Amino acid sequence: MIDTNIAVKRTEAPISMLPALATVRRVIWETDDTYTLLIDPPRANGRSFAFSAGQFNMVYAFGTGESAISISSDPSRPNMLAHTIHRVGTVTSALSRLRRGDTIGLRGPFGTAWPIEEAVGKDVCIAAGGIGLAPLRPVIYTLLRRREEFGRIMILYGARSPLDLLYRVELEEWSKAANAEVIITVDRGDSSWKGHIGVVTGLFSYLKMDTPATLAMVCGPEVMMKYTCEELERRGLAAERIYLSMERNMKCGVGLCGHCQFGPKFICKDGPVFSLPQIKHLLDRKEI
Amino acid sequence: MNEPFRLSTEDLQHIVMSLQQKGYEVIGPRNSDGVIVYDRIHSTDDLPAGFVDEQAPGMYRLAKNGGTQFFGYTLPPQSWKRFLYLPRRELIAFDKDGKSFGVSHQKDEAKPYAFIGARPCELKAISIQDRVFSSGDYLDDGYLSARRRNFIIAVNCSHAGENCFCTSFGTGPEAESGFDIALTEIVNEEKHFFVAGAGSDSGKSLIEEIGPARAVEGDVDAAHEVIRKTSDAITKSLDIAGLPKLLSDNSDHPHWDDVAKRCLTCGNCTMVCPTCFCSTVEDATDLSGKTAKRTRIWDSCFTMDFARVSGGNFRISAKSRYRQWLTHKLSSWVEQFGVSGCVGCGRCITWCPVGIDLTAEVGAIKGGVAKQENGGS
Ligand SMILES: Cc1cc2nc3c(=O)[nH]c(=O)nc-3n(C[C@H](O)[C@H](O)[C@H](O)COP(=O)(O)OP(=O)(O)OC[C@H]3O[C@@H](n4cnc5c(N)ncnc54)[C@H](O)[C@@H]3O)c2cc1C
Ligand code: SF4
Ligand code: SF4
Repeated sequence: MIDTNIAVKRTEAPISMLPALATVRRVIWETDDTYTLLIDPPRANGRSFAFSAGQFNMVYAFGTGESAISISSDPSRPNMLAHTIHRVGTVTSALSRLRRGDTIGLRGPFGTAWPIEEAVGKDVCIAAGGIGLAPLRPVIYTLLRRREEFGRIMILYGARSPLDLLYRVELEEWSKAANAEVIITVDRGDSSWKGHIGVVTGLFSYLKMDTPATLAMVCGPEVMMKYTCEELERRGLAAERIYLSMERNMKCGVGLCGHCQFGPKFICKDGPVFSLPQIKHLLDRKEI
Repeated sequence: MNEPFRLSTEDLQHIVMSLQQKGYEVIGPRNSDGVIVYDRIHSTDDLPAGFVDEQAPGMYRLAKNGGTQFFGYTLPPQSWKRFLYLPRRELIAFDKDGKSFGVSHQKDEAKPYAFIGARPCELKAISIQDRVFSSGDYLDDGYLSARRRNFIIAVNCSHAGENCFCTSFGTGPEAESGFDIALTEIVNEEKHFFVAGAGSDSGKSLIEEIGPARAVEGDVDAAHEVIRKTSDAITKSLDIAGLPKLLSDNSDHPHWDDVAKRCLTCGNCTMVCPTCFCSTVEDATDLSGKTAKRTRIWDSCFTMDFARVSGGNFRISAKSRYRQWLTHKLSSWVEQFGVSGCVGCGRCITWCPVGIDLTAEVGAIKGGVAKQENGGS
């Protein structure tokens, strides 16, 4: 016997593990090991593939497996989906071998979104490390498209080396065209590099942030996020105004496999975007 | 309980046959090489008449006591979980066609299951998994389809094992809901019968179909007496007041290091636990490379890869993995699903190769905290 509420009410919910098929339109190599897949999104019942900035898909490569990958394209252009992927292992290598016209499987969009509406009327500080710029690119597109609704737009970005910088052309455009302050740093420079060297947290001293008027969105390696959040708080930004996107091992993306648990949170459905107070107590503990 | 009936052992056999005729695969306890397992049964002759088990931390022994009781044992290692939430389930098949491929969803064609002999704590565990697999925006359709067609005959407990602590959670030894029919087995010198009650309409109509005798005066009292004696025999306990907070506040308690020295991280506890639900997926292609499959397999938070990502591993130490297990069961589960992840069945204690007892570990953490708060050393 099963509780009738569960038996009846839930029958119509979507089947959680079945991917929709999508076609790769183009592959752009951003760096030696990172590429962007431009994808014709699947159409569900004739509707376009709507998503919010910060959400991710489970991307399937035939026979190899699935990976959680953030959507890196503009939410206002749902007819062309982008995933920017760092080649690090089995699935991300298989995806890197895809060519125009190949099919992939997509499940999504899953997870929580960046708080763009909450940022209206405020200064926005975006801090990204490495591949962490990918889930923030949809935010940048949105802020710039609705430029007059926001105060200052500050984009701080750190990469390992100049050759590892993602979206180089766009970074130039953003800093020139749209009244955004883009500051870039690298861990190691090369002979041609004239910019900053060092970690992202070092860049805050170049900005005179009006912290009470600012909202921050942070994504990068966990240590980078931890130090960035600490630095932002130290500079007077309230924890409630700091958002970050977390990463954990994920098999299902929909809260059923248990892998992404972070204390009581499931990163896949309670996150990946959290406000700092939601998870601060967990970030400070080892091996949670 | 609804109107009580008295079922003879023949009536029970008729119930088994009727369920089979209705298309159910009937699953019940059997003795398999010295261990009770839940498996297909054809008749009540397959039930483990006269077998009782002895359990202690890290110890299980099944012996025949010469009696005729069908359900005299306590709990087997495997729960009903493996019939509802399959240890291996093919989810999806992909067929390659040039550059493209097609997707097909693997439909569950399994027969509906009728369970005979589900214990009260196990009913609770099933209701917990019902929540786990249906409370979010996405659900496990295979699990729910098996559950919707599922028929359950519960048997109240007549023998408590040394590791049982259902009374701490109020999940046993008497079934209160979640069954179609509940039985209490009564065996004495002259008689062997069941006091039965229906818990659902389909349970009621099955009882009516069999047409057993009404319970006579004294039957219901005899059933209550069996349950009371069982309840009184339970010695293990877990103080669950404030437990979620105690564990989430004490992730740095030194006792975790102490458990880690004993824990082999084998994952047995997660496999035998009737509520653990974690899974991984396996992707494979056939030799031609033309068809691929995605299979879901039970996983455990004790495996080394569970929290691994390309840049590192979030839970390397045995300490962190044991802590994840215990904290999830007794603490974060409550926040996630509004209910504890433990029902007090004691399986994880019996089947731990080194006899780690979660009630003792919690006690040590609680004791340590109490000592600190009292300013003791
Ligand atoms: C919400 C979210 C968004 C993400 N967005 C992006 C993105 O936009 N771009 C990008 O390049 N990467 C992203 N990642 C990380 C990406 O999922 C992993 O790098 C990828 O799964 C590695 O798979 P692999 O098979 O190539 O690596 P392997 O090391 O071979 O991984 C084997 C398995 O381990 C698991 N795994 C390994 N590393 C990770 C990881 N870092 N996160 C989760 N599971 C992992 C996967 O289940 C994978 O199948 C994101 C992760 C999460 C959780
Ligand atoms: S944690 Fe142990 S006692 Fe609790 S339900 Fe699971 S196996 Fe049973
Ligand atoms: S995380 Fe561990 S304790 Fe929790 S359900 Fe999964 S296997 Fe069980």
